[in-house]
Amino acid sequence: MAAVQETVDRVRRIDVDQYRYGFETVIESEKAPKGLSEDTVRYISAKKNEPAWMLEWRLEAYRRWLTMTEPQWARVDYPKIDYQDLYYYSAPKPKKQLASLDEIDPEILKTYEKLGIPLREVAVLEGVVKPEGEGAPSGRRVAVDAVFDSVSVATTFKEELKKAGVIFMPISEAIREHPEMVKKYLGSVVPTSDNYFATLNSAVFSDGSFVYVPPGVRCPMELSTYFRINERNTGQFERTLIIADKGAYVSYLEGCTAPQRDENQLHAAVVELVAHDDAEIKYSTVQNWYPGNSEGVGGIYNFVTKRGDCRGNNSKISWTQVETGSAITWKYPSCILRGDNSRGEFYSIAISNGFQQVDSGTKMIHLGKNTTSRIISKGIAAGRSQNTYRGLVTAHRKASGARNFTACDSLLIGDKCGAHTVPYIEAKNSSATFEHEATTSKISEDVLFYCIQRGLSQEEAVGLVVNGFVKDVLQQLPMEFAVEAQKLISISLEGSVG
Amino acid sequence: MMSLLEVKNLQVRVEEREILHGLTLTVNTGEIHAIMGPNGSGKSTLSHVIAGKPGYEVTGGEILFKGEDLLEMAPDERAAKGVFLAFQYPVEIPGVATMTFLRTALNAQRKARGESEYSTPDFLKKVREVAKSLNIPQDMLKRGVNVGFSGGEKKRNEVLQMALFEPSLCILDEMDSGLDIDALRIAADGVNALRSPDRAMVVITHYQRLLNYIVPDVVHVMSRGRVVKSGGKDLALELEESGYAQFDDAA
Repeated sequence: MAAVQETVDRVRRIDVDQYRYGFETVIESEKAPKGLSEDTVRYISAKKNEPAWMLEWRLEAYRRWLTMTEPQWARVDYPKIDYQDLYYYSAPKPKKQLASLDEIDPEILKTYEKLGIPLREVAVLEGVVKPEGEGAPSGRRVAVDAVFDSVSVATTFKEELKKAGVIFMPISEAIREHPEMVKKYLGSVVPTSDNYFATLNSAVFSDGSFVYVPPGVRCPMELSTYFRINERNTGQFERTLIIADKGAYVSYLEGCTAPQRDENQLHAAVVELVAHDDAEIKYSTVQNWYPGNSEGVGGIYNFVTKRGDCRGNNSKISWTQVETGSAITWKYPSCILRGDNSRGEFYSIAISNGFQQVDSGTKMIHLGKNTTSRIISKGIAAGRSQNTYRGLVTAHRKASGARNFTACDSLLIGDKCGAHTVPYIEAKNSSATFEHEATTSKISEDVLFYCIQRGLSQEEAVGLVVNGFVKDVLQQLPMEFAVEAQKLISISLEGSVG
Repeated sequence: MMSLLEVKNLQVRVEEREILHGLTLTVNTGEIHAIMGPNGSGKSTLSHVIAGKPGYEVTGGEILFKGEDLLEMAPDERAAKGVFLAFQYPVEIPGVATMTFLRTALNAQRKARGESEYSTPDFLKKVREVAKSLNIPQDMLKRGVNVGFSGGEKKRNEVLQMALFEPSLCILDEMDSGLDIDALRIAADGVNALRSPDRAMVVITHYQRLLNYIVPDVVHVMSRGRVVKSGGKDLALELEESGYAQFDDAA
């Protein structure tokens, strides 16, 4: 079962469209006209069959966006984006179908091999249409039946969630089916006016997930599992809203370890989490978007706003992220610790290689009494990349007894990369206790040689040392992903030494 | 008796400075050779060059290992072929459990040799056996590689790896440095247990003391980048008496 399920997961996760279109009749393949205007916003809203209030919400955001300017404070450098030269809506297209595995780019095949994904799954992921006939080289058959399995597995999951009362659906559906809830919570953590990219997202978001876990319910499965099966192409402006009602618990995972490409260079997602009294949300991300080529050309710009609101007393929100992809990462998953005794956590591994630029960190905003937060950040810079941790820890006047612990460790590989730590710490309450530790180290030649003398290749040695460096954070990931993430980390650093 | 290691007229430079000026050394399987000599005579350089550490430029001579050109092989290839260097200062690798490290390395070597990887139970059984014989507690294997290990523990960890990987050539670089007499005895006992007709050892040391525990078949004296004298185990005792100064003139 486990193996089948894994196959199924991967099938759905990466190349969902192809199969979706096998079962759904409505195929929309047109694009909105290039550029951004009120008409574009109306077009998107109409495509999504949205009620009038939603369109109004989007338009308001759009008008607000017109008055804003792109933020410049991050330590990232990219050519000016021409927002009128982009497409803001296109229906997802099925992947090009291939006749056999031999048509797959050998480089991509190699990556799959290193991630430990079996060939037959690769075939499904990469859209090879039919099993090869008899006489095909051994191990090169394609498990097309996985598709059918996935339907039944997904259905089982859906029933289980329904029984528990958990609502989990695309946000576009939730807008139609649960308008009160969406109205109440959408934009309540990241307001439409929040920042340039979040405002843009509010105007043109394509799709994303909506989760509601009712009071006292512990979501019966890692939503990651379900999510991997049901993820659809959400487009470049993803919008996610997760609500854990009183005493509820949910664990959610987005992204995947397999390499992802997208023709849209600009990605601006918004994720909002709301935890009521005694509720807990665990949100994990593995991000492996295309980082650009070896000369630093191309690659995804990933401008993400993620924020959790510990609205209730004793609530907890935990972010875990493994960031290995994208040309530019601009991302600060944060926690507003509003409820008394609430807790925020941020565990991060950010790896940059080649010409990648990462400016990432978190904000822990202590508002309630006896709120606690913990930040563990591991930045690894290789190649000619720049890797910045930027974090804010702040205690409001009323946040008596607030506590934070921060540990930022940076590891440099080679001498052409940079690691930077920019912590902002503000305590307006004298009873707050904030601790900050930071280290920067270089991967030592002696350590590498020691490993190599024991039989490891150069790349294996770097992978091992780096995985040791990030161990504390890896442990926070759901089991099923920890192993893949570990391999992904090694792969991301290939060619970084020697 | 087959020559396991043949170093012929080896010349080595580090940053434009010649350290080894035509060193010749032959080690046969089953033998234990001690290399003695003062600081700066090139003992550690020799061990690093055999293991393939970057930063050394071989300007002349050759090294044959089991009849093959060792200098043509990458360092990890040499390890898989059976070259093991017990480091003078074993490094720490935080976050990597010793057990994980041992298994990763052993399987990497086996894979390179075209052998099957060890199954987890077989591997654990093997490690536990060896660890027990070296007086290495189980919880040490769960800790990060050499992290917080005492000098003695680090050296025992080197011997543990030697026992696990079963190399045909063991080079022990200043194994006695930083060890008290009890720690030295435990480590030396571990090494002696690995003496075998299929294996050779090269023991590099300043002091005769170590050679009381690991008794060599052949003793070489190095000075200024060459082997200046070779003899039986008594040569070490002789050196202890007279010191290295006499060889400075000879060199």
